[in-house]
Amino acid sequence: MRQYTDLEQHLLNDFQHGLSLSPTPYADLAEQLGVDETTVLENLNRLQEEGVISRVGPVFRPNRLGVSTLAAIAVPGDELETVAEIVSSFAEVNHNYEREHGFNLWFVVIAADRDALQAVLTEIEARTGYRVMDLPMLQDYFIDLGFKLQWT
Amino acid sequence: MSVHDPEFERRLVEATSQGLPLVSRPYAAIAKQIGSTEARVIEGIQRIMQRDDIKRFGVVVRHRKLGYRANGMVVWDIPDERVAEVGVCIGQYNFVTLCYQRPRRLPDWPYNLFSMVHGRDRDGVIDQVKSIVEQCGLQQFAHEILFSGRCFKQRGAIYAPSQQALKQDEMIING
Repeated sequence: MRQYTDLEQHLLNDFQHGLSLSPTPYADLAEQLGVDETTVLENLNRLQEEGVISRVGPVFRPNRLGVSTLAAIAVPGDELETVAEIVSSFAEVNHNYEREHGFNLWFVVIAADRDALQAVLTEIEARTGYRVMDLPMLQDYFIDLGFKLQWT
Repeated sequence: MSVHDPEFERRLVEATSQGLPLVSRPYAAIAKQIGSTEARVIEGIQRIMQRDDIKRFGVVVRHRKLGYRANGMVVWDIPDERVAEVGVCIGQYNFVTLCYQRPRRLPDWPYNLFSMVHGRDRDGVIDQVKSIVEQCGLQQFAHEILFSGRCFKQRGAIYAPSQQALKQDEMIING
């Protein structure tokens, strides 16, 4: 990890929420930081090219614009890669991860509605031969104000 | 066009979920992309926000790239009558990025509260979990930390996908 300038640290940490809805949000942000708009845009572009910033924009609340679930499968270790590949091949699947547990394959499935979601889960079971544990979100207790970065 | 135009909103969500362009007038650029006007785009985003369908609006960072290399999904078995209170307590930490109640699946899965805890390394995550246990008073409840191993697929969720959109392009959010 490289060293970040003061300006970069402010851009990464201070604007994770509350971006302005005026026609020129980056100019507004520049004004708060006491620099010009071009400098802000150059810095944001560089951070995005480096992959430190994924994007600037809205984080949509899950399950409001489609339905999703967290799903898990307990796979014998030597079959994990094969099963993971089948699961990843579904367009509705994202964030497919190995985790250290008996349930060792965890993924998020998203679809337009609950029926479509169930169809995908059933299809994954048919194609992998393993039972899928379906863990839909019931309640969200996290108020997302961004992630406070600690510069050490 | 009516104020509540679902097709316009769907296109607006698709366009903005990939991030705003890093240009002086990003809402005007989005408008051009979806055949609308800057004012309608801004108004549309405001409307979605008022409905509380946007959690936050700003810079989305990638933790891993910033040295937060370890993350553990910490799962808790909390009595149902206390889950709201405990969920709020866990959700307040700045090293926690998700805190959801999900159903138990007995007998295989006794846990009903899921949180994502980030740290610079594995021990960092374990220390953060210890402080949650102490400060939220969770000593008597079972929990497990599921550290992440290999990542087989990572891309943002697809929201409101039309079949067309699914075929042509993937909407990338939650990088």
